[in-house]
Amino acid sequence: MSLFLPELALTSMALVFFFLSLGKPRSSLLQGSALGLSALVLVITFHSFSLVLGQPAQLLFFDAYRIDIFSQMFKIVFALGLFIVIYLGQGLKGVVEELKAEYYMFLSLSTLGLVFLSSSVELLTIVISLEISSFSLYVIIPFRFQKGYRQQMEAGIKYVMFGALATGISLYGMSYMFGFAHTTYLAELAPVFPELIKTQPLMVVALILVLGSFFYKLAMFPMHFWAPDVYEGASNETAGFIATLPKVGAVALLLRFASFAGVELNQITGILATFAVLSMVIGNLSALVQEDLKRLLAYSSIAHAGYVMVAILCVSALGFASAIYYIVGYLIMNLACFFVIYHVSRTGENVTMNDLKGLYKNSPLLALTLVLGAFGMAGIPPTVGFMGKFFIFTSAIEKSLYALVIITVINAGISAYYYLRMVRAAFLTSEEEVSVIPLNPAARLLGVLFIAAIIGIGIFPEAFMNLAKMAAGTIL
Amino acid sequence: MEHYLIHNTLNYPILSVLIIVPLLGAGVTFFLKGDQAVKSWGLLVTLITAALSVPLFTNWDFATSRYQFAEVTEWFPFLNLNYVVGVDGISVLLVLLTTFVMPLCVLCSWSYIKDRFKEFILVTLLMEASMIGVFISLNTVLFFIFWEAMLVPMYLLIAVWGGERKDYASIKFFLYTLLGSIFLLVSIVALYIKTGTFFIPELMAQNYSFSFQMWIFLSFTLAFAIKIPMFPFHTWLPAAHVEAPVAGSVILASILLKMGGYGFLRFCLPMAPAATVYCVPYLIFFSVVSIVVGGYLALGQSDIKKLIAYSSVGHMGFVTLGIFLLSDDGIKGAMMQMLNHGVTTGALFILVGIIYERTHSREIDKNSALGMMMPIYVTFLVIFSLASFGFPGTNGFIGEFLVLLSAFKTSKVVGAFAILGAILAAAYMLRLVQKMVWADSDGHGHHDDHGDDHGHGEKEHHALYDLNLREIGTLAFLTVFVFVIGLHPKPFLDVMDASVTQLLEQVSEGLKHVPAGGDHGGGHHAALREMGQQIREWIAMR
Repeated sequence: MSLFLPELALTSMALVFFFLSLGKPRSSLLQGSALGLSALVLVITFHSFSLVLGQPAQLLFFDAYRIDIFSQMFKIVFALGLFIVIYLGQGLKGVVEELKAEYYMFLSLSTLGLVFLSSSVELLTIVISLEISSFSLYVIIPFRFQKGYRQQMEAGIKYVMFGALATGISLYGMSYMFGFAHTTYLAELAPVFPELIKTQPLMVVALILVLGSFFYKLAMFPMHFWAPDVYEGASNETAGFIATLPKVGAVALLLRFASFAGVELNQITGILATFAVLSMVIGNLSALVQEDLKRLLAYSSIAHAGYVMVAILCVSALGFASAIYYIVGYLIMNLACFFVIYHVSRTGENVTMNDLKGLYKNSPLLALTLVLGAFGMAGIPPTVGFMGKFFIFTSAIEKSLYALVIITVINAGISAYYYLRMVRAAFLTSEEEVSVIPLNPAARLLGVLFIAAIIGIGIFPEAFMNLAKMAAGTIL
Repeated sequence: MEHYLIHNTLNYPILSVLIIVPLLGAGVTFFLKGDQAVKSWGLLVTLITAALSVPLFTNWDFATSRYQFAEVTEWFPFLNLNYVVGVDGISVLLVLLTTFVMPLCVLCSWSYIKDRFKEFILVTLLMEASMIGVFISLNTVLFFIFWEAMLVPMYLLIAVWGGERKDYASIKFFLYTLLGSIFLLVSIVALYIKTGTFFIPELMAQNYSFSFQMWIFLSFTLAFAIKIPMFPFHTWLPAAHVEAPVAGSVILASILLKMGGYGFLRFCLPMAPAATVYCVPYLIFFSVVSIVVGGYLALGQSDIKKLIAYSSVGHMGFVTLGIFLLSDDGIKGAMMQMLNHGVTTGALFILVGIIYERTHSREIDKNSALGMMMPIYVTFLVIFSLASFGFPGTNGFIGEFLVLLSAFKTSKVVGAFAILGAILAAAYMLRLVQKMVWADSDGHGHHDDHGDDHGHGEKEHHALYDLNLREIGTLAFLTVFVFVIGLHPKPFLDVMDASVTQLLEQVSEGLKHVPAGGDHGGGHHAALREMGQQIREWIAMR
């Protein structure tokens, strides 16, 4: 029971908003309760993490649900992400007025799905968790409100279509897996897997099909097409959520799969490495020419998916820990960028490169946050992004994946160009008059925290890396 | 680890303080109001840093090649990663150069920078901290962090306060350097995987196989050749120099370029001695090409800044030439050349900044015949120009002389080409001086303007006031070094002596232990075979 507390807390949070949505609550009440409840969830998750520390993994619900350091650590990340997204989107500028309670409800439900995901160790549970998190997102994308803007509908439809396709592919792959292995439990799959993948070539196909829906969540090639349009169509705060949390979830799942596929992953490393490379190349090259910031971040996230994949392909404790470190760093840096976008956009409209002009004058704090977020994602020290790349390179060279490292290196070089464009735009003097962007103290605090986190975790990666290694150790 | 280091015995951790003071200073600028206060604060911080760095010279132990003033703190034990700083004879002069040039950068921007002064000081101080960090790091990761962190303030310096084509120049600078440095990161990681340490002296003490040396040598060389810059990677430099504000140009010329040379000495030579020897002919070739091409291109420039930028390419060619001659004189000459170039070219850029403030032009033709109006200015101009092409008695002579001496010992052809570069340098510098000090012989430029449009000429005259005290002080300070180094270079050579000897010993020691590729002839074939085999192995692994 106490192990299951984070899930219960999130469920009750969703329920509270369900009841609130029945009435007509004030906006401030909604926001306050959202912030308070998500903070509470965060605290409870931390508590449950402290419970599993040093304990053996526990299995719940007919062994389909595993509580270990790995899962609890990811739950903290999800809770933290939810908290930041709610904090960042103060006032929900871009969401229909009457639907704000529902918005928070679906946001917490989606997080709940991800939280389930990080503990699921059985194929059907995984599918259901994935669907819980996806369906909530399908619903809130069209919640966007902006006069005369209709693209959120297109974005919503695209997300649903791609999501359905990905789930279908994934289920199809699972059917093969079940057919060969006669089990849906990862724990039972693991021992027979090495033998199966040697004798049954279809097993390779099955595994890649299953991974398809994780790639969809991660926005990795070849399931990346939705990302730019969905980011663009969704409101800024929603895009911030979609851009970060589901990707962390996907990484958690990929790590679980990579760990049980283990050494045998080598046989499909070639295919996955190709996907990673194509992700990087397509993402980075497309991002070069984007004017809309959210589209740019979408393409950059496709590239980042490739970087993370390199770490996962190492199938070593260091590689897994690097993947965790990198994706969490990415979450912070990306949310920092969305924080800037959210505030630069005055009425919830999309932000283009042009809108960044003069940001430096309009709000130095936002400009600084953007600079750190952008340079962080470009991998310039002493940010968390640099340390992440450094760890990934270390683990990949350790495993002699030289070609991958070289390609990653070149891609990191290319990506610097478009991050620089953002910085340059923010520091160009605006021709127009200075129009100060008002930031309340809470938002200021968040900005400062982003800056501190990006630099702090970058300079002192020790504590976090140790946790990540511990988490990686529980699944390897 | 300990026997490489001599721990700091001063009553303050001098090297860390040199990083921390500018960083703290940068933090404080956030809270200052008013340009005057910010300027004074910037000057104060850089002066304090310079003052704090003086014990590096006064307490220097000339006898040892170990790393002095060292500090060790555990940072990230998980990867055997420590915070280790220390300086030896190769880096200490560059640290001092940095701390002494930075106050001048603030001074020469006093009236040059018009807007965003607060940010300017902030960026300059961050720059100082990271540059010092590069020279004192004894840990490859720390080195890389500072090396990369430096890119951001430098980029901003060009992009925010630069000239008309600042976008192009700043992006080119950033991407060029970034590309080089990512390969640097890969070889740092590769070295770690091979040896399990990031500690530079331990990395130097290993014997790597020839093929491994080749790989790390090539990626290190790419990074440093871009930074220094060596032909054919030099094209970012003129663009960045021309567009950067005066302080940016000074930092770039005086300190940033030196990191390339420093990198060669710290990484390429000791860690990959066999590969270095194998590649020496090519590197000498490119150095000589840099010298000649740099000089030749400088000859044709009409923009003063561009001229000096191309002259930098030539001067840095002398540096790489000296380094890869792999002789005592050569390396010492290269070190002196780096130091001298920092002093002289920095001063020349300050001079360009001064005249640009007055005439708003960098064209030679528009700044001709200044001798009558600005006698003090042209005095300094002549001194630094002479120093720049190595006139005997000035600092420039020492470095070039040592390198040329060593070049002739090695090969007459190389020496001849290097001499050609030195002659070209005299030619373009004298042409510059002749045009700027005296009237243009063709009758173009200033006098023409004067004749055609009397009012305009009047105005120009009015604008051309001579140097003020601040500018005189800045330049006089550098002039002192021109003559001190020029007439009495011994203390400077003594500082580096032990470390250069040690470096050469490391190289020759390293060559003994490499089975293939140590010597010419059969060695080459064996080396090539081994590399081919390695590549085949890697392809097979894929």
